[in-house]
Amino acid sequence: MNPACRRRPSRRDLLAAAAALPAAGCLSAVAIRPARAAVPETMEAAIREFAGEAAIRDGRVKLEIPALVENGNSVTLSVAVESPMSAADHVKTIAVFNEKNPQPNVALFHLGPRSGRARVEIRIRLATSQKLVAVARMSDGSLWQDSADVIVTLAACLED
Amino acid sequence: MAGALINVPKEIKRGETFEIKTLVRHPMETGYRRGPSGEAIARDIINRFACTYDGEEIFRAELFPAVAANPFIAFSTVATQSGELAFTWTDDAGHSQTETVKITVA
Repeated sequence: MNPACRRRPSRRDLLAAAAALPAAGCLSAVAIRPARAAVPETMEAAIREFAGEAAIRDGRVKLEIPALVENGNSVTLSVAVESPMSAADHVKTIAVFNEKNPQPNVALFHLGPRSGRARVEIRIRLATSQKLVAVARMSDGSLWQDSADVIVTLAACLED
Repeated sequence: MAGALINVPKEIKRGETFEIKTLVRHPMETGYRRGPSGEAIARDIINRFACTYDGEEIFRAELFPAVAANPFIAFSTVATQSGELAFTWTDDAGHSQTETVKITVA
């Protein structure tokens, strides 16, 4: 990990930043941001790419993530799906999406009857406060989802 | 890639579902960061993880840059028989690392 990303801004940095504020530099940085960050529409597009035309219903899926995160560099997220996980009725895929990281995809998990329990856990990065969505595809083809909102105080270091 | 940690229960009963926790050392460089002189740092992440149980795949994951450095993944499987779990992490360059763990099912 880049040590610079952990560095706290010094007083000198803050003064320099304050001095630069009226200059165009700050404005252009703000203007560049939307081009690099995924906007909610791209999350929708990514979910559609995964789900196709099929309807996604709320329920059966439980996405758990802390509501308030201090450090966006490593956030534990878990997804559990209500399913007997039998050969006839099981979860095939769990996909996790985010709203405001540079890319809308987080991870894709492939499960099966041998999983026994439809629960996965992973540590992720969060660039800013945002919404996360988990979608599960069952063996019968039905799709279920859950979402969670997260507030991030220190974002994952994407910029430097 | 090096330094993988794998955690499975010591004693497992046949038919029981148990959790497998994995962690591998890797920077998971997103490709969105810039170095000290402003040059872009190339993306280098583990994009694929798979686990087999006596050769049969039981779990697979596709990872994106949003996965934290030193990726931690936990999942479950049903204990069918004593045997070997094999874990394979594959990065963008196509390099892969495989670790195996023997499990004893009572």
